[in-house]
Amino acid sequence: MALAAPALEQAVDWEVAEQQIGLWQDAWHRFRRNRLAVLGAGLVLFLILVAFLSPLLVHFHLIWNPGTQDVANIEVGPAQAGHPLGSDELGRDTLSRLMFGSRISLSVGILVQGIILPIGMAIGLAAGYFGGRIDNLLMRFTDIWYAFPDLIFVLVLVSVFGPSLLTIFGAIALVNWVGLARLVRGQVLAIKEKEYIEAARSSGSAPLKLILKHLLPNALGPIIVTVVFGIPSAIFLEAVLSFLGVGIQPPTPTWGQMVFDGYEAIYANPSAVVLPALAIGFTLLSFSFIGDGLRDALDPRMKR
Amino acid sequence: MAQTLLQVEDLHTQFFTSRGVVRAVDGVSLHIDVGETLGVVGESGCGKTITALSILRLVPDPGKIVSGRILFRGNDVVKMDDDEIRDFRGNDVAMIFQDPMTSLNPVTRIGSQIEEAMTAHKRFTPEQAKSRVIELLTRVRVPSAETRAKDYPHQFSGGMRQRAMIAMGLANEPSLLIADEPTTALDVTVQAQIIQLMKQLNRELGTAMMLITHNMALVASLCQRVVVMYAGRVVEEGPVEQIFKSPQHPYTWSLLRSVPRVDEARKDRLVSIKGLPPDLSNPPPGCKFHPRCPFVIDRCRVEEPPLGEVGPDQVARCWVLMRNVSEGDVATAKQSSISVAAAENLKAPVADIGTKSGS
Amino acid sequence: MMQAPEKAPLTTVAADPIILRVQDVYKHFPIAGFGGLAVRAVDGVDLEIRRGEALGLVGESGCGKSTLARLITALLPVTRGKIIFEGQEITKMRGGRLRRMRRKMQMIFQDPFASLDPRMTVGDIIQEPLDNYGIGSGKARQRRVQELLRLVGLNPNFTNRYPHEFSGGQRQRIGIARALAVNPSFIVCDEAVSALDVSIQAQIINLLQDLQREFNLTYLFIAHDLAVVRHLSDRIAVMYLGKIVETAGRNDIYDHPQHPYTRALLSSIPVPDPVVERTRAPILLKGEIPSPVNPPSGCRFHTRCPIARVPGICSEQEPPLEPHGQRDQLAACHFAGEK
Ligand SMILES: Nc1ncnc2c1ncn2[C@@H]1O[C@H](COP(=O)(O)OP(=O)(O)OP(=O)(O)O)[C@@H](O)[C@H]1O
Ligand SMILES: Nc1ncnc2c1ncn2[C@@H]1O[C@H](COP(=O)(O)OP(=O)(O)O)[C@@H](O)[C@H]1O
Ligand code: SF4
Ligand code: SF4
Ligand SMILES: [Mg+2]
Ligand SMILES: [Mg+2]
Repeated sequence: MALAAPALEQAVDWEVAEQQIGLWQDAWHRFRRNRLAVLGAGLVLFLILVAFLSPLLVHFHLIWNPGTQDVANIEVGPAQAGHPLGSDELGRDTLSRLMFGSRISLSVGILVQGIILPIGMAIGLAAGYFGGRIDNLLMRFTDIWYAFPDLIFVLVLVSVFGPSLLTIFGAIALVNWVGLARLVRGQVLAIKEKEYIEAARSSGSAPLKLILKHLLPNALGPIIVTVVFGIPSAIFLEAVLSFLGVGIQPPTPTWGQMVFDGYEAIYANPSAVVLPALAIGFTLLSFSFIGDGLRDALDPRMKR
Repeated sequence: MAQTLLQVEDLHTQFFTSRGVVRAVDGVSLHIDVGETLGVVGESGCGKTITALSILRLVPDPGKIVSGRILFRGNDVVKMDDDEIRDFRGNDVAMIFQDPMTSLNPVTRIGSQIEEAMTAHKRFTPEQAKSRVIELLTRVRVPSAETRAKDYPHQFSGGMRQRAMIAMGLANEPSLLIADEPTTALDVTVQAQIIQLMKQLNRELGTAMMLITHNMALVASLCQRVVVMYAGRVVEEGPVEQIFKSPQHPYTWSLLRSVPRVDEARKDRLVSIKGLPPDLSNPPPGCKFHPRCPFVIDRCRVEEPPLGEVGPDQVARCWVLMRNVSEGDVATAKQSSISVAAAENLKAPVADIGTKSGS
Repeated sequence: MMQAPEKAPLTTVAADPIILRVQDVYKHFPIAGFGGLAVRAVDGVDLEIRRGEALGLVGESGCGKSTLARLITALLPVTRGKIIFEGQEITKMRGGRLRRMRRKMQMIFQDPFASLDPRMTVGDIIQEPLDNYGIGSGKARQRRVQELLRLVGLNPNFTNRYPHEFSGGQRQRIGIARALAVNPSFIVCDEAVSALDVSIQAQIINLLQDLQREFNLTYLFIAHDLAVVRHLSDRIAVMYLGKIVETAGRNDIYDHPQHPYTRALLSSIPVPDPVVERTRAPILLKGEIPSPVNPPSGCRFHTRCPIARVPGICSEQEPPLEPHGQRDQLAACHFAGEK
């Protein structure tokens, strides 16, 4: 480069103004600094581990089989007769039922969001990106959907199709996609007007690329947060259904079911109610902490 | 005969942030005479606004006036108690901001806001204040002032809002008006109206003015004297004619030659200043301008020059001074900004770039 | 290989000295819920841009400059009228054909903070047009991105950084590098320097000038700062309330303005020279620009014009854009040239 004379180098602006770290990395740093969020993430990881490992533990006889009825030891307290956390009115082990219950609760939370995500994104994106008549049509549809009270809607669906795992997941997803669709639409509408979208269009980006490379990544922050906040609400809804007796049917243990079952003997055997209630509470809290942490971490205005 | 109205002496205002201490105003001294118009110029972030806010003792948190004196008619503003400062702000000085919408209350009628400004400082009785509102709005040339006084801020256009702000500033007949970028948000034709208005007010009422701006042309149009600020310091000061004719500080020189003139056919390249203004929490040693200065010498990097006399009433803070710079160095300062080598490499037809190897 | 589908032979296209023709173009934005009412942002514009020139477009805020820019770059569809670029009517193009056309015309945006995708690295941003048009192989693309960075005076090793790590002036250069990536012949700069601090503004103005000379670019340079426009342009068009009211060479427009609006606009601008300022007498216009929803009848400048004959021809009849004054000068005024 003979032409790169000192005079030229002088005109070159080599400096960079601010810190030198990417946005996602930056977000990760902020997330890590939020103690509650990290605690929440730890707890959720632990629960996921429990959910995966519990069948294995049963297999090696480290815990009771959740269905086994230890008729000799009905409604014993914690640490009695080989039941670390006591047993229920049928003599089933509370610890093992709690551990197996986490499988249902977590899958309700996570799978339901997995169903909601594509529906909400597709409808929200279509409405926001195409606008006009498509937007009008889709949004009137979601408005009507939104007008039904959630619980009644789920109850109706469950009583029509029977309380199978599939119905319950489907029903909960069906009442929850509306919020996400609206959020995605709002995000897309806001981002669509940004100059960098125009810039991408004028550098020849096709619509699909615009959506995938520019719209989605920029809308992702709030979407992730909503999805994470959606997990505890789905868990809670399932618990309520179980408590009302229309949730996942026995003998499959779920936390809501356990509260419902133990409720009748709450004075005689409080741990059978308190423990699953605590499990629900802590799980909800953990996801909320994660959601809060993500919201702050993904907001670039929150400087470290 | 010129009587000093405001005298700022060695003012230091600092922000105590988590990143360290930001020396926003770092030893500024300046003065304004009665009835005079002083221009304060410099790039954004060089401390103009904070200097003005310090004079009003309105420095936002976490900022503090650390040392220095601000003498208004001989009284030190820095030492005033709460009552005195309120009185000072209400009766002696007024400030006009860049964006009039943020400084007007959106839910109160324009007329009432101006009225409140007057009655709050007990300068006028409510009856007097009422009749003065119309007078003031007429004075700043708001058409049909009587009916427009009943409007809310959003019903006013940008230029009208700025007029209303000026009317409010004048409400208590201050002897000093501080205007921070008063026309930056306005269109040229409206800007011309506001400049004309400020000139007239200065002439008719004898109000002294401190005009903060980055627009050199505005200073030429409105001011008698000019202070050039860089990195929280005054780097040059003097009468407008002299500063524009023979600026001595390289920064002033660059600023003046970085803007094209509408009344000249394109003659010359513009002078651009490389790099960015320094981070005021960690300013460079020696002359604060040295990393960007085209005429830097070794001494500049270690020792900061003092403000020295360079002409009648003109001072500058520089070891070299423009009158000692050679033609050749000036020409280098205006050189090409693109990389010629890169341009050559890029001229290959785009479709072929796959086959062309870099030189 | 890219050009293969294009039918027009290259030689005749290159011979046409007019690179862009805007013919009686309208853009009305309907106001939702107000029946037939619309913002008449661009309301009958005729304009020609010559190959290799820099045409300046000036006017007050809201007069339709940005809208016209977006119509010309086909980012917005026209309500009515024709825009012909290099002999082809782009107002009729859609989809892939339009995208291929766009390769020849790029845009530099006003806001250096809003015009770069915050979630993409600088390298990806500059490379995006190359990817879109399938130009070169991966390696060659990366090399070109680095050359482009060097060209605009940035460190070529910055490709992995994000836009938020750069200052306003540096970001604007990234935008310029992106616009140059595919060797366009025509670049629209919409207030490309307005958001920048004075000294940085000078850097970018110099850069744009050097690039034009180096690459034979044609510019449409939009700004509200007439001094900057005069410095950068060969010809200047003045816009008022959705219409072009005058076009002329950059010196003619200053020395012999024909339209009263041009005259007022030019006289409004202060000059950085206290000696000149002492005697400069600006023509002060009454009030501010009227609403583009319901522009005044006849000549739409008549509500503010210092020489308007109202009531009379000015409020009744719309003046056409016709030759007045110097060679190559057009003005839309019944009393063009009068003071
Ligand atoms: N998408 C839109 N919908 C409705 N009105 C619009 C839209 N875009 C622009 N307008 C209106 O069209 C008119 C012209 O706008 P435009 O942005 O072209 O002005 P401009 O000359 O570029 O102004 P500025 O100098 O402020 O950038 C304005 O009144 C504006 O409010
Ligand atoms: N609230 C604040 N906190 C920290 N630093 C500040 C604050 N306000 C201003 N500053 C810093 O003070 C310096 C001077 O600012 P300012 O007076 O507003 O500049 P100007 O008006 O010349 O553009 C800048 O470096 C700015 O970043
Ligand atoms: S002292 Fe040196 S670095 Fe500072 S302005 Fe003067 S010549 Fe430039
Ligand atoms: S036509 Fe009449 S109103 Fe319009 S600019 Fe000319 S003189 Fe003024
Ligand atoms: Mg400021
Ligand atoms: Mg615009």
